[in-house]
Amino acid sequence: MSAVLDVKDLQVSFHTRNGVVRAVDRVSLKVGAGQTVGIVGESGSGKSVTCYSLLGLIPQPPGRIEGGTAMFGGLDLLKLSEKELQKVRGSRISMIFQDPMTSLNPYLKIGSQLVEPLRLHEGLDKAAAWKRGIAALKEVGIPEPTTRMEQYPHEFSGGMRQRVMIAMALITRPELLIADEPTTALDVTIQQQVLDLIKDLQKRLGIAVVFITHDLAVVHEVCDVVNVMYAGRLVESAAAADLFAHPRHAYTRALMRSIPALQKKGEPLYTIPGLPPDLSYLPSGCAFRARQTPGRQALCLIDRQPPLQEIAPGHWVQACPGCVEGGLPL
Amino acid sequence: MLRFTLNRLAQSIVVILVVFSLTFFMIRLAPGDPFASPKAMPPDVRKVLVERYGLDKPLAVQYFTTMGSYLKGDLLPSMSYQGMWNSKIIKDAFPISLIIGLSALGVALGLGLPAGIIAAVRKNTWLDYGPMSLALIGICLPTFVMGPILIAIFGLKWRLFNVAGWFEKTDWVLPAVTMGLIYAAYIARMTRGGMLEVLNQDYIRTARAKGVPGWRVVLVHALRGGLLPVVAFLGPALAGITTGSFIIEKIFNLPGLGQHFVSSVFNRDYSLILATVVLYAVLLVAVNFLTDLLVAWINPKVRLS
Repeated sequence: MSAVLDVKDLQVSFHTRNGVVRAVDRVSLKVGAGQTVGIVGESGSGKSVTCYSLLGLIPQPPGRIEGGTAMFGGLDLLKLSEKELQKVRGSRISMIFQDPMTSLNPYLKIGSQLVEPLRLHEGLDKAAAWKRGIAALKEVGIPEPTTRMEQYPHEFSGGMRQRVMIAMALITRPELLIADEPTTALDVTIQQQVLDLIKDLQKRLGIAVVFITHDLAVVHEVCDVVNVMYAGRLVESAAAADLFAHPRHAYTRALMRSIPALQKKGEPLYTIPGLPPDLSYLPSGCAFRARQTPGRQALCLIDRQPPLQEIAPGHWVQACPGCVEGGLPL
Repeated sequence: MLRFTLNRLAQSIVVILVVFSLTFFMIRLAPGDPFASPKAMPPDVRKVLVERYGLDKPLAVQYFTTMGSYLKGDLLPSMSYQGMWNSKIIKDAFPISLIIGLSALGVALGLGLPAGIIAAVRKNTWLDYGPMSLALIGICLPTFVMGPILIAIFGLKWRLFNVAGWFEKTDWVLPAVTMGLIYAAYIARMTRGGMLEVLNQDYIRTARAKGVPGWRVVLVHALRGGLLPVVAFLGPALAGITTGSFIIEKIFNLPGLGQHFVSSVFNRDYSLILATVVLYAVLLVAVNFLTDLLVAWINPKVRLS
């Protein structure tokens, strides 16, 4: 399958007063046409920064892209100028964000925000763009779209706003949609509706999706390929079915054990002890060593960072002897 | 909208009535009276004056007769400028203050808004530090220092303007710039603060993710929210700036309204104090009403009801 997006060895760091924070360290990922690729990890694991840096959305300075390539339709996104990136953003790659309550501009009409990508990228006049806007609202299941276009974000509920965000992201029919925790801020019942909507539109329009989340249940439901990130690095990457059936890295296993629904009632819930390491003072060896309980901590690398290794076809894992279940094939 | 206006009108009447009453009674608490002067006044002259202005009647009677005249649009004669009517004093002085005030506001907005916006967009560069340092100096510098500096440069050295007085068509420039620069400093800092807050919002990131060019992000997506604090400040400031500044008028020797706010109090000119204060209150109420309309227009969340 040809890749829509092919990221290789992406390195992003933030140069702050307290030192250099290595937010993303040599991350590679591939998104095939029509595929949904998940990026999973705790807060601060670098999953959002990975995607923001592709679109030039991290503040520079202090952020800096130190290396890597991100091939998208023959373009290396990391080498494009801000002007060239503007032409890609919102037309060929769109994003939706976590909090629909704050992601829409409260001072502008829903309609004018919604059709802005059309006006910018396709040069449509106002009337034509407005018509497309109404159709886009209808497409995401917003009743009375003609009236809704004239309203302001505060007149919409959270779920409705996220629908508007989705409509806005897809209005230019992009090739790739990056969804940054699109359901995290929503009520559980609304979460399912929004997920269904994204899945449905993806199938109909044939777009590829990068799905950033920390919710493994969501990953299980929507993703074809899953990348697990920890402390700015990939720890495991595999097809979703494979990963859920055979999680190899201790961190992945710990994450799965933390899903409340899968745990026995009446017992204290399992949590991963401690906090992710400070990215400006990363330990020299396996970053998960200090918190790791499912594997054999004593065997974790302490002198060098474990490299990614393909231990089964399409199944990559950070090759730390303490973390990988069943040991490492030689 | 109609309900909002009527509501506001009713509120305004109450506010002006309260200001009127408080002013009327409080100036009577101050020691002295309009006719107290270092030179002893012959008792019979004094008696005639007191009777003529009705100061011998009970306070309550005076209060209601005064209010009666105000309702008819009569602001009564001044008590210290004898033979002058308060409405005439205001009619002569207010336009001068208005011209200077509005041009000062023009200077303030013309300099302050762009400086604040640029400083916020180019945060932590010399385009931020430079104008903001100037603004801090502007805030710290009192008008009685700024005024003479401008007079020294433009009036004395280059002889572009008169140093004082109200004779020529260009005499508004120096006072307006003096006042405007100080306000510009405030507005620049306020604009920068407002814009910075808005530029950090999630919806700005959304706009950038849509591929909106940088200038359009600032002007279309950020400006409205960023200017709200400035708009809220402008209302009361407008009333203050157009009723004249005592200090500016002293520096530039202008026959504006600001002097009357101060001198009428020293003169215990009961009727002129009342006239100027009520004028100020009416202006403030009117300008606040306009500010509310403007805020509602900018921010759709504010409902006019």
